[in-house]
Amino acid sequence: MSQNQNKTVLSLRELSMHIDSERGLVRALDRVSFDIRAGETFALLGESGCGKSMTALSLMRLLPPGGRIAGGAVQMGERDLCGLTEAQMRKVRGGDMAMIFQEPGTSLNAVLTVGQQIGEVLDIHRGLKGEAARTEAVALMKQVGIPDPERRLSEYPFQFSGGMKQRVMIAMALAGKPKLLIADEPTTALDVTIQAQVLDLMADLQREQQMALMLITHDLGVVAKMAHRIGVMYAGHLIEEAPRERFFTKPAHPYSVKLFEALPEGHRSAGKLATIPGSVPPLTTDFVGCRFAERCQHAWDRCRGELPAWHDLGDGQRVRCHLYDAAEQGRNANKSGAKVQEAKPETRSGDTLLEVKALQVHFPIKRGVFQRTVGHVKAVDGVSLTLKAGRTLALVGESGCGKTTAGKAILRLIEPTGGSAALGGADIGALDGAALRAMRSKMQMVFQDPFGSLNPRLRVAEIIDEGMAALGIGGDLAARRDRILQIMQQVGLRPEMADRYPHEFSGGQRQRIAVARALAVSPQLIVCDEPTSALDVSVQAQILNLLQELQSELGLAFLFITHNIGVVEYLAHDVAVMYLGRIVEQGSAEEVLKSPRHPYTQALLAAVPRADIHAEAGDASVKPVKGDLPSPSNPPQGCHFHPRCPQASDVCKQAYPEARKVSETRVVSCHFAQ
Amino acid sequence: MIAYLIRRLLWALPTLIGVNLLLFALFFVVSSPDDMARAHLGAKRVTQEAIEKWKADRGYDKPLFWNSAADGSAKFTDTIFVTKSARMFVLDFGKSDEGRDINRELKTRMGPSLALALPVFLLGLFVAISFALMLAFFRATWIDFSGVVLCVVLMSISGLFYIIGGQYIVARLWSLVPISGFQSGLDSVRFLALPVVVGVIAGLGANVRWYRAIFLEEIGKDYVRTARAKGLSESAVLFRHVLKNGMIPILTGAVVVIPSLFLGSLLSESFFGIPGLGSYTIQAILAQDFAIVRAMVFIGALLYILGLILTDISYTLVDPRVRLQ
Amino acid sequence: MKDFQFVVLWSDVLFAVLIAALVAGVSFAMRREHLRRAWRGVFSRPSAMASLVILLCYLAVAIIDSVHFRPALEQKGDPAAGAKVVYSVEVRSLLDVVLADMRETSEKSYSEPFAAYLYEKQVMEQPDGTQKRDYPRLKYGAAHLQDPENERAADIAGRLVKAFAIGAALWLLALAVLARGVGKRQGMDLKTAAIAILRGRTAIAWDGFAWALLVVLLFGSALFTLSGPYHVFGTDATGNDVLYQTFKAMRTALMIGTLATLVVLPLGIGLGIAAGYYGGWVDDAIQYIYTVISSIPYVLLIAAAALMMQMVIEGRSDLFDTAAARADARLVSLCVIIGAISWTTLCRLLRAETFKLRELDYVQAARCFGVSNLRIMLRHILPNAFHIVLITVVIEFSALVLAEAVLSYVGVGVDPTTFSFGNMINKARGELAREPAIWWSITSAFVFMVSLVLAANLFADAVRDAFDPRALTPLRRRLRLGAAK
Repeated sequence: MSQNQNKTVLSLRELSMHIDSERGLVRALDRVSFDIRAGETFALLGESGCGKSMTALSLMRLLPPGGRIAGGAVQMGERDLCGLTEAQMRKVRGGDMAMIFQEPGTSLNAVLTVGQQIGEVLDIHRGLKGEAARTEAVALMKQVGIPDPERRLSEYPFQFSGGMKQRVMIAMALAGKPKLLIADEPTTALDVTIQAQVLDLMADLQREQQMALMLITHDLGVVAKMAHRIGVMYAGHLIEEAPRERFFTKPAHPYSVKLFEALPEGHRSAGKLATIPGSVPPLTTDFVGCRFAERCQHAWDRCRGELPAWHDLGDGQRVRCHLYDAAEQGRNANKSGAKVQEAKPETRSGDTLLEVKALQVHFPIKRGVFQRTVGHVKAVDGVSLTLKAGRTLALVGESGCGKTTAGKAILRLIEPTGGSAALGGADIGALDGAALRAMRSKMQMVFQDPFGSLNPRLRVAEIIDEGMAALGIGGDLAARRDRILQIMQQVGLRPEMADRYPHEFSGGQRQRIAVARALAVSPQLIVCDEPTSALDVSVQAQILNLLQELQSELGLAFLFITHNIGVVEYLAHDVAVMYLGRIVEQGSAEEVLKSPRHPYTQALLAAVPRADIHAEAGDASVKPVKGDLPSPSNPPQGCHFHPRCPQASDVCKQAYPEARKVSETRVVSCHFAQ
Repeated sequence: MIAYLIRRLLWALPTLIGVNLLLFALFFVVSSPDDMARAHLGAKRVTQEAIEKWKADRGYDKPLFWNSAADGSAKFTDTIFVTKSARMFVLDFGKSDEGRDINRELKTRMGPSLALALPVFLLGLFVAISFALMLAFFRATWIDFSGVVLCVVLMSISGLFYIIGGQYIVARLWSLVPISGFQSGLDSVRFLALPVVVGVIAGLGANVRWYRAIFLEEIGKDYVRTARAKGLSESAVLFRHVLKNGMIPILTGAVVVIPSLFLGSLLSESFFGIPGLGSYTIQAILAQDFAIVRAMVFIGALLYILGLILTDISYTLVDPRVRLQ
Repeated sequence: MKDFQFVVLWSDVLFAVLIAALVAGVSFAMRREHLRRAWRGVFSRPSAMASLVILLCYLAVAIIDSVHFRPALEQKGDPAAGAKVVYSVEVRSLLDVVLADMRETSEKSYSEPFAAYLYEKQVMEQPDGTQKRDYPRLKYGAAHLQDPENERAADIAGRLVKAFAIGAALWLLALAVLARGVGKRQGMDLKTAAIAILRGRTAIAWDGFAWALLVVLLFGSALFTLSGPYHVFGTDATGNDVLYQTFKAMRTALMIGTLATLVVLPLGIGLGIAAGYYGGWVDDAIQYIYTVISSIPYVLLIAAAALMMQMVIEGRSDLFDTAAARADARLVSLCVIIGAISWTTLCRLLRAETFKLRELDYVQAARCFGVSNLRIMLRHILPNAFHIVLITVVIEFSALVLAEAVLSYVGVGVDPTTFSFGNMINKARGELAREPAIWWSITSAFVFMVSLVLAANLFADAVRDAFDPRALTPLRRRLRLGAAK
């Protein structure tokens, strides 16, 4: 950190922003105050719908339709930004204050070259045109680590990979020499290895340029990696502010505490995760007391009736909670330690349930006048797995590695082009008609997007009934209705919800409905395709708990497809790591996560940001992996990973490594695995 | 990309064959040459001889597909299908039922049609885009609202009213321009001014609304937020970013009609007495001259398919995502 | 022994089918929560409610104009003697009975609106036997006045006042009924409810409904009272009342706008969803068919097909026992042709939507249960793509009403003896060229056609915005907010 660290770049004073909407007045921001100093990273943390992005957009005065600043001040240097005219404000945007967004793919203009888009900023904020602008743009591109910048300046955004697009966004933001860079979930849309690269770049740039960085994120891991100070937002309110050390050792607000406890990572073999009941209240509510009161286990009458004041806890930590009122000393005593620890029952790991052998899904690539097949996208290229009854196998990998395709091919939602999958000894691929339908009751799927997986035109009961009706199980209408109600109870839904429509439910509840739908036909295997990746961390914990419970009650086996290592740690017994359509390493969760053998697994684990500032940052010897994921239509010769692999040698370029059994339970596909 | 275009061209062929077969079925199977002759000869009780003569004069007396009376390949070629339908593929439309050469008519009438349709197209596009951009700039204000209302009202009025009203008020009451007629050369401006203005106004409502919707959709996209976050002014955002993206669907949508401009406008031409292909078609329909109708339908389909191919080409020209992949 | 014989024309049957489908659709929509919600969105817009009033009026006219019969002819012999009853060859409808005042008051030729004299001079025989060229008095128009020049203005004003009074009274009555209904639900007394309605403070935009109803009632009652003694929109070349023709044209417009739907829906829905869902060669085949059809310019293809149909109908005129039946056959065949050509739009849209929907997780989940393809299409795809069907149908309606005019002008529209806006406009072209111009026929067509199409367009807009979430623009959001406050 630097010497002029104490110079405040930006300070918010009681900033409020309201939006007129059809549902009424939305108080998106309510009297938010904080400071950001030069050279400092201030992380704004919270779940979705808490007003983090709205804070950033209000600072830039880029308000949504119907939005207006309802009060307060934004002080930048000597100026109050709220008092500026729109023309003056334009000088600030992109100049003193620049912003990058979550989706680099859609945030760049597709029909202008990267050079033109960077050039615009150089023109309006620094008056650079022509050759001077070009030279500066090349320098900026170099600075953000884009190779061959001269050539790439004249390329269009679609010619860049996701990570490279975000680098372009950063170059564009830096072009105006901002004092403050606002990054709104800058790496959420990126894969974890790319995320690590981009976060490192941002940290480096900030150090070099002494910028202030406001980082908006929901990911405690990213916060731990990047932030100097943290502000926690809840329902449009800032509820806690603390420096890094304090926040990670002694989070004060019950909400902050819960956010940590709900994290699945590091809770391997532990019992239930802590959850926060309910969900973030709609911002159209006219709040009287503490906004978190309804979901807070410590809440008492005062919390519901009176808005808590700020309480200073020293060392720069302050919190908005009645528990810290001197008058309420007594209550403060046992606020933490609520985590339920119960030994995870050793699951009955029985016989082999699912046996996948050399499964292949190749999609033809058609080209030319007559659409001849010129090649194949080898989405899944020889995947072999075994899953025992009552256990969880996590299929881990980055986007595009083929893990979802593999899951769907096992269920024959996509026809495999080769290999076999057998459930309970019966080859699924060989079945047809009635036999396949009978098999379908034994294997089910839970999908990623809780909003796309339920037909909005059907009632909950109809959704859950669908499988039983189609497969002709569960008896007559009345019997099925009983079963529906019983299952709903099992997954934590109230019976009166049976006749409602999906849109009335929150993301977490919808995912419960999806689980109930799968359970209704009493399957032995459930393929879970990233079932929690669209959910907030507290809700994710609810669903993970539910899955855990169901497994121990019903002896279900899960094939759990995910990119979230934390979830794997919590839930999985076995892990298989996929890269470009093939499994590079598999073994028990314990082995693979503790001592990864394949360089890709090592890099992947090292790239995952940990929500723990004291944990050693992965294995220090593992360098972050470079480059982007190659296209599965044209994987590199030899070992697919060799162009990105720090250990690669000539043999890796020649031949794809055989799968080697390195222990009783572990198989690694690497030339160097012992 | 070239392969893609070749593929599109190859695809056009079966489509045209389909059009040809459809027309053949409509004109010679659903109804017969006898029906045509009867309709043409007018009177209810025409003699069979008169019908036969009418058919023989125009070559409708041949068998449909297979002429067993002819020799050699003529068995196949000397049929209605080949002489009347298949021949259109080489752009040989033969004679009208009146006995005039259709190809020659096409050549002489194309000019006046284009002289009216092209200015309507270009001016209409320009006015509609400007107007739509203005509404997008003033979006969610009363300017936008009244603009949209105006568009709905304009859309709700039949094109015929614009023509009749324009003719009556501008040409008849105010005597600013001739009511109808056409002269080539510079003089044509006098005759074309009113039909062009009427044509532009008649198409305005629907187009402005459509373009405005396109612009508003673009304005809602992420890259616009990025552009604003850079500090660009609202007009720079609109003209530099939104216009460029919005023009892709607008231009490519407009390209499809360009070849069809040759066909001219059915209504305007006949009302304003412009000797183009539009009025030619109408006359043919009113006179029940089936040879001409068949020819015009086929040409219309041909030009439309050409328009589709041009649309694909224009996509590759204006959209870098398509051009460079 | 009856005075009349019912005649059921093909278009009457199809129209009845459509109305039944509409009623069934409404009752279905009332039961499905998401549909109710979307329709509430439509009806929360004043312009949609006002349009609904107008559209319902046209619909009412079309319905009573769709009950056809042939009156019995006066019997020469003794009716009791069991003589066979002979029915007129002229087919009439209930509307003709309602509008008897207008229908049976034919003059000789053109007359201006509210005229007492013909528009052109004619040679008349004077009582004294001499001949004189002058404007003759009309047989019916303003016939009750002794001195039309001086009495007419006062007479019209007097009748208007009376008509407006009746209209206003009817409106107040309707408002009271409405206010009672609305008030009962919300626990308001009659007066409060009425004020809430007129100020637009109800969730459903009853204000649009009430004000439009007022306009319609005032206008309608004025037309009704004045059309007895006068020709409100004048008479045409053969002396027939133009207003009567305009009323008759409404049915034609509605038929053209709606009957094609009966062909469009099965083709468009069936083929569109099948193409999108199955893909592969099914998709290729269906795409080929609709590319062929849609590559031919719309008007030209209709013209070609209609010409052929005309010839077929003319050739088989023995099949039709009345002129009305023949004209009706032409109308129905035109609708069928239009339908057979315009299903391609719906098909294309549904195909694209199905492509998206079939990849959605809930369809995947259904396939995971082995649900049959047909059931997936009916249960998961169609309900979620249905807004496209609805939006297309309502948008298409106004386009078809407009197209009728063009087709009639081109000579391939409805039968020249059928009353239609297109035929009226078609005639007006020559009438406007006369000196002095005959302006009232086209004016009448203009007023009634534009109000129909405008209402349809506004209603279609509301439907689109309510059912297609993507169509909601910032402006609309803002304006709706303004209305809510």
